[in-house]
Amino acid sequence: MPRHPLRKSLSLLFLLILFAIGSLGVSLMTGSVSIPAAQLWQLLWHDDGSVQYRIIHELRLPRTLSAFGVGGVLALAGVLMQALLRNPLADPYILGVSGGAAVAVLGAMLLGLPLAWHAPMAFVGALASILLLFALAQQGNWNTSRLLLTGVVLAAGWSALISFILSLSPPMQLPGMLFWLMGDLGDALTPSLPLAVLLIGLVISLWLSPALNLALLGSQRAAALGVEIRRLHIYIYILASLLTAAAVSIAGAIGFIGLIAPHMLRLLAGSDHRILVPGAVLIGAGLLVLADTAARTLIAPMQLPVGVLTALFGVPVFLLLLHKSYGERT
Amino acid sequence: MKRKLLQVDDLALSIGNTRITKHLDLYIEEGSCWGILGPNGAGKTTLLHTLAGLYPADSGHIRYAGKKLDAYSPKELAGVRGVLFQTELSGFPGTLFETVLAGRHPHLGILGWETPEDLQQAARMIRLAGLEGLESRNTQTLSGGERQRMEIATLLTQQPHLALLDEPSNHLDPGQQIVMLQLLQKHFASAGHALLMVLHDCSLAIRFCDHLLLLKGDGQYLAGSTQKLATPENLSWLYQHPVSLQQVDGNTCLHFQ
Repeated sequence: MPRHPLRKSLSLLFLLILFAIGSLGVSLMTGSVSIPAAQLWQLLWHDDGSVQYRIIHELRLPRTLSAFGVGGVLALAGVLMQALLRNPLADPYILGVSGGAAVAVLGAMLLGLPLAWHAPMAFVGALASILLLFALAQQGNWNTSRLLLTGVVLAAGWSALISFILSLSPPMQLPGMLFWLMGDLGDALTPSLPLAVLLIGLVISLWLSPALNLALLGSQRAAALGVEIRRLHIYIYILASLLTAAAVSIAGAIGFIGLIAPHMLRLLAGSDHRILVPGAVLIGAGLLVLADTAARTLIAPMQLPVGVLTALFGVPVFLLLLHKSYGERT
Repeated sequence: MKRKLLQVDDLALSIGNTRITKHLDLYIEEGSCWGILGPNGAGKTTLLHTLAGLYPADSGHIRYAGKKLDAYSPKELAGVRGVLFQTELSGFPGTLFETVLAGRHPHLGILGWETPEDLQQAARMIRLAGLEGLESRNTQTLSGGERQRMEIATLLTQQPHLALLDEPSNHLDPGQQIVMLQLLQKHFASAGHALLMVLHDCSLAIRFCDHLLLLKGDGQYLAGSTQKLATPENLSWLYQHPVSLQQVDGNTCLHFQ
């Protein structure tokens, strides 16, 4: 009697839930005032009027939960783009989707549009970038290197536009804009938005999971097995753009979470999306919470932009992946 | 009375400036095995994809079990017809078992979760295709022949009424070609089922198929029983090359002069 291939992955999912909760605990306990675990539990539920209570509830909890939501959202966007392009190297940051969103948000800032416009603008920028990438990379016979080159060139184009906008911006705004661009959670104190986006994205992605599994076999094979492949692609375009836009408008362009989290999960449990989707979300969320904890404590009282840390960690992983994927083809 | 699984009326099909068919009429009854033969570039694969509903025809009608192709939802259609592609499977590595299990997709419930029966079906087809013991192998590490047998096992797991196969004997050694074609014939040339396959090897087509579609590549075609169509004249006309036929141990062999 054959066992269901996902049976053994359920315990892994349980471990990842523990990892995610653990990362939340570490983040809440660590900072200029360290709070031991036993006290943290008390402080979470009971207002004792202390400074610690206010630190937890007004600063650390909102920021930690924002990091959790943004990390999960980035990992989910990565999983979806990797399924869309059938390539484990796809990631909203590397392929310029975050760049497109960032250009749109900076443009909105420069034009003096109100804050409420930033998220919709980010969505338009992300969607434009993802469609442009697909249109350019799909002409003729496309392959890994062509896709990556197209994405990298798009990202370079967006980054030139970003420099252009920055050079037009008033000097007063520059430090804030730069910090945001590098990926920063310092101002992300309203966790309900990223958490809501994450929850909605997670439910839709889980619902799409069986179709995503077949999409990995190629469009023709998926269509022959009953997947409405064009509709699936449209869902992914919109969902990946929404997720990237949400992450960028909250925390700027944080790279490599969308690449590392799904990759770690593939190594641990294979590429079935029914495990990959929730697992990558938990890893991505936990990783960004830990990276943000490091960003605000490593050289305290100064703060690092968290995007710098994820890039320092992500670049070697990306190179390793690239090396591996070319090694398999030749 | 045999049921018509597939009926094609007045099908016109082209790719670029090449006319593949002008007025193709064809029907496939349950229990039959059809072979498509034709020279390189005649449009055999494109015709197969069109019949599968994966490539648009210029005009004409394609019906499965009396119902028009475009009246089927993709999932319904996947229960009616299955396709074995010629192109190599690429992309993400999965295990052989997961890949074969993907064939159950059209039969899964709303949650998309496989039942024990689905798992057993996949395991059985893996066994029949001679791939037992390779279930947890990464598909990227399989040999060409193993991969082809995995694709055949996936199609058997899908259990469509009509199997459309593009070069099922590709990558297989001569012995395996016979074993796999016999396996396909046993499953699909049976009550309620049928198969249609593009083949390069005319001898295999004449041996396994009871009907042939000879596709010339300029809109001309011949369709009918193998007995009637497999003549030196027809095959010489088809390939624009003199052909003679010989009987060896009850099998027909072709000799291209």
